[in-house]
Amino acid sequence: MGLLSESEYDAPLPRMGFFTDTSVCIGCKACEVACKEWNHVPEDGLDFTGMSYDNTQGLGADSWRHVAFIENRTGATPVDLGMPQVGAPDAADGADGSGVRPDLPPGGDLIDGEGKLQWLMASDVCKHCTHAACLDVCPTGSLFRTEFGTVVVQEDICNGCGYCIPACPYGVIDQRKDDGRAWKCTLCYDRLGVGMEPACAKACPTDSIQFGPLDELRERAQARVEQLHEKGVDVARLYGHDPDDGVGGDGAFFLLLDEPETYGLPPDPVVTTRDLPVMWRQAGLAALALAAGVVAAAFGRKS
Amino acid sequence: MSDQSGNESGVTREGLEHPRPGREAPADDLTVRRRGGAGGRGRGRGGGRRRRGRGERAMVPDVEFGSYYGKPVLNKPVWSAPDIAGYLFLGGLAGASSLIGAAADARGEDRLARVSKTGAAAAAVLSLSALVHDLGRPMRFLNMLRVVKVTSPMNLGAWLLSAYAPAALAAAGAALTGRFRPVGVAGTVGAAALGPAVASYTAVLLSDTAVPAWHDAHREMPFVFVGSGAMAAGGLGLLGAPVAQQGVPRRAGVLGAATEVGCLKLLEHRLGFVGEPYRQGRSGRWMKAGEGLALAGSALALLSRGEGCGRRTAGAVGGAMLLAGSACTRLGVFAAGVASAEDPRYTVGPQRERLQRRGAER
Repeated sequence: MGLLSESEYDAPLPRMGFFTDTSVCIGCKACEVACKEWNHVPEDGLDFTGMSYDNTQGLGADSWRHVAFIENRTGATPVDLGMPQVGAPDAADGADGSGVRPDLPPGGDLIDGEGKLQWLMASDVCKHCTHAACLDVCPTGSLFRTEFGTVVVQEDICNGCGYCIPACPYGVIDQRKDDGRAWKCTLCYDRLGVGMEPACAKACPTDSIQFGPLDELRERAQARVEQLHEKGVDVARLYGHDPDDGVGGDGAFFLLLDEPETYGLPPDPVVTTRDLPVMWRQAGLAALALAAGVVAAAFGRKS
Repeated sequence: MSDQSGNESGVTREGLEHPRPGREAPADDLTVRRRGGAGGRGRGRGGGRRRRGRGERAMVPDVEFGSYYGKPVLNKPVWSAPDIAGYLFLGGLAGASSLIGAAADARGEDRLARVSKTGAAAAAVLSLSALVHDLGRPMRFLNMLRVVKVTSPMNLGAWLLSAYAPAALAAAGAALTGRFRPVGVAGTVGAAALGPAVASYTAVLLSDTAVPAWHDAHREMPFVFVGSGAMAAGGLGLLGAPVAQQGVPRRAGVLGAATEVGCLKLLEHRLGFVGEPYRQGRSGRWMKAGEGLALAGSALALLSRGEGCGRRTAGAVGGAMLLAGSACTRLGVFAAGVASAEDPRYTVGPQRERLQRRGAER
């Protein structure tokens, strides 16, 4: 908890975060709805995208949770998807409590027929990075680190410079057009303050979104990924859990069933300010070069 | 590579996609792997755009990756091109002009000093205005000055400009009125001292983002920007100063143009695949226009050195071209960054390659 021990608190609170276990996500979008309702997030466009069941498309100023739907066709022949089956689930369905059916590929439904469909669903959110680029580059100090180790925009300070937007390696924060300011997930800062869990986690019916102290979540995630590996789900992997990665680990991390980029996540994000000392050095050298160049130009004969 | 597997049909946004065996040429560089419906569309879009690159040579060979419906990983900058490219251009013009103004003072070239100092002050004011205009909440500009933050180039830039602009204005005011000499000297010295920083910090401002074409160029960008600034300031001097006082701006402009063009070549070479937007598309056209104007303007500036009646015209036209060239390059750099943020290949490709390299080392 180096992040918070540097704060001025005598007894720092534990760092809080999300662990999103996509292997049990059912794509109900309750998290998206709960987030919008609790945080009064405005409408983000009423589009039919044709991207499976995803009409939200991605995170932005007015989408703080985004459920991705990925249809992985593993067979060679196209298949009519038909209707979902009704009736008692298979005897094998999660009989051992792991939620894993040995006869199915992980993550979603298998549609038998000439082709097979693996359906991946994942609820994406601001990662609340340990080394948060948005916070680093914010020129007004509007973005700040809370006592819970989360990253929040103070909307009464934000002047809409837009610098945080291209700085974010995950494409999370964005500008609200009619408002001018930058908005993103606050990890329900107001709810945390009174001991409640964030709205999305509260609403999640399968506990795909788990909220808690980050240390605890990391242990739980490790146990879950090992359980899945034992069941033969070799594709399960954790994303954003490693404190040694390019952003110092995410406050909101994930269990994924495919490569991160399949979900629209960067496979190896690095906080841009890691290279800032080199950038300032280069700029200093360039400034000296400019001064030297003009001085040299001043030493010619008069024309 | 995975092209053949990409020929199975899938339901896409555009309707049913039928199998079209052999429809596409084999991928020559990055291949976006077909991931069922999702990656399939990512591939189609990314691949299609790539193919317009007319046989670009392979920069990142054999790296396969999927994408989420071809959607960008990053949120692209919301800055407007005229505001922010204008801000970059004007910052460079102002910073380098302040240096030329001080040099002109030292050489006793009063007309050149007046042109450069006035140009610097006007550019500083316009550049600040562009910055404020681009804010989502312009009335809150002063919030920039409620903290001092080295990790935020925009914050340091706001502080820098708020020290530089008054100095440049004082220098220009004294030069134009011929009065307040001590204030003018202080302003000239102050503006010349801060000028190089004003011209170079904007490079850090762009590079300190996750935008691939900007971030990865962080070593060369400051040199491109100071070169471009010197080129513009030289152009302004050639345009405004009398023939007898054009020596400093001519040499500064040509040296600046050479620096800009040379460092851009270096940048594109080192960036490889991620540098594509500097060569292709709309951003590539801006860059080419910038390079052409820089070279032609330099040639005219050098021609204007000789004797003859066309001398004055050659200098003025050359100066205008150097100014325009610098503006084109800034617009090109800005557009290249936006283009690289819009395409997930430039974000995912290099990261995937980095992971593969790290995996291979292990």
